[in-house]
Amino acid sequence: MKIRSLFYTLGQGFRNLFKNGWYSLASIATIGACLFLFCIFYSVVGNLRYILNNVEKGVSVQVFFNYDVSEERVQEIGKEIRNRVEVSKVIYHSDEEIWETFGPVWAGEDYDEVYMENPLVGEHNFEVYLNDVSLQSSLVTWLESMNEVRKVNYSEITANTLSGVNLIIAYISIGIIVILLAVSIFLINNTVRVGISVRTEEINIMKYVGATDFFVRAPFVLEGMIIGALGAALPLALTYNLYDYVLGYISGRFSVLAELLTFLPLDSVFSVLMPVCLIVGIGIGFLGSFITVHKHLRV
Amino acid sequence: MSRKQLLAQKRQEFIEERGIICMNNVSMNYPEAGAPAIDDITLRIDPGEFVFIVGDSGSGKSTMIRLLLRELLPTSGDVCVMGYNTRKLRHSQIPAFRRNIGVVFQDFRLLKDRNVYENVAFAQRIIEVPSREMRRNVPSILAMVGLAGKYRSNVKKLSGGEQQRVALARALVNKPEILLADEPTGNLDPNNAWEIMDLLEEINEQGTTVVVVTHNPEIVNAMKKRVVTMKRGLIVNDEEEGTYVNED
Repeated sequence: MKIRSLFYTLGQGFRNLFKNGWYSLASIATIGACLFLFCIFYSVVGNLRYILNNVEKGVSVQVFFNYDVSEERVQEIGKEIRNRVEVSKVIYHSDEEIWETFGPVWAGEDYDEVYMENPLVGEHNFEVYLNDVSLQSSLVTWLESMNEVRKVNYSEITANTLSGVNLIIAYISIGIIVILLAVSIFLINNTVRVGISVRTEEINIMKYVGATDFFVRAPFVLEGMIIGALGAALPLALTYNLYDYVLGYISGRFSVLAELLTFLPLDSVFSVLMPVCLIVGIGIGFLGSFITVHKHLRV
Repeated sequence: MSRKQLLAQKRQEFIEERGIICMNNVSMNYPEAGAPAIDDITLRIDPGEFVFIVGDSGSGKSTMIRLLLRELLPTSGDVCVMGYNTRKLRHSQIPAFRRNIGVVFQDFRLLKDRNVYENVAFAQRIIEVPSREMRRNVPSILAMVGLAGKYRSNVKKLSGGEQQRVALARALVNKPEILLADEPTGNLDPNNAWEIMDLLEEINEQGTTVVVVTHNPEIVNAMKKRVVTMKRGLIVNDEEEGTYVNED
């Protein structure tokens, strides 16, 4: 195909957009509505999971050692714990540090004078944080199997509840996202199909005059892709502003809530939403028009 | 001699031997219909001929046009147009094949969102004629069909006769070897119908093979051309300077 023919067919694609203004608007609105729902749902679920993950990160396991275990051995065990895949962070609390923290609580400000010696010798421990709270039981089992370990403090209920809720949210969100995307694909494809079907006669005329498949198809495909891109850009812009506004509103009006909960930053939400929406919008616009026109090319 | 020249020569020899259009024992059955639309017909049309295909509704005239355009493939037999056996044409070869056939329909089939010039130029764009050449060819063909002053008009605002002239201009602008006209006067009043027929005759005199499907006895009988009469899918009469005998 010559360059001028390529430009002509591309020009026709843009022209069709305006020529079939109502159809274009309806298609953009359909794609936009579907993807907007997807954006909103993703933002909500994404934040819910983010908040849960943050709560999970706060769940720790405390490891205490037998009184006769040497400091060197305790530090060696600390290294082993740090090397575990399920562990994200390990904090060592020495006897002195513990006494400095709890001494004033037990004996008042002059705790050093009341107790000539640290009564908490041997209570040094590791505070272990996990990458994934569902892996807590395997870590605890491993810790408890060590001869040097006297006691492991952990909350099984918290870990199980958190990982359970997380799993449920993950399943539900995957399910809803798949359904939303499927509905979007169906609606968008239908809109594109209806739009092209009413122009069957135009396609037939082109074919009778001797137009190649590419010549007939290119304007429709370009039109579908532009509609898809606009249909994706609008909900993205809307979600961007809405998300920004809601975050600002929560931190302004509900400062207590904002201190307790941290929300996903805008960039991180849009690093997923933008490519997904554009791929879905443009991809469906392309595929929908390509496949639908193909059916009418057998003239 | 290049391969292209050799093929052109072979094609020319084939046309001289078997005609620009040849149908050999062609039958066409639509799956949903009981009786065949075309039943074992054999027909030869030579280059430069003007042929009327006549017959009542359902006689198989339009099916014949669709077979010649390679819109349909025959159930059996061979359809050869300009030396091409339509059965052997690949899907990708059909556009180039159709560019040598001009086609005009009863309902004009114009691109309604474009003006007269754009409708005619469309046929030229498809074969990638340079713009400068296009600007020469389109007004020239529009002048030939009597629409020189209307090239900017919206086709929807033209009369039936004018719309058919636009369709004719579009069919002719690429200088096809064959012009197929399926009921070209079906939607026109007698005056416009005659004007279109005069144009078709003029085009034929310039060397284009013209095949007109019609059931207008006045036109057929007045023009004294070859008449192929069809009935229930069969050719029942084929006569030089024939007439349209309506048996009903």
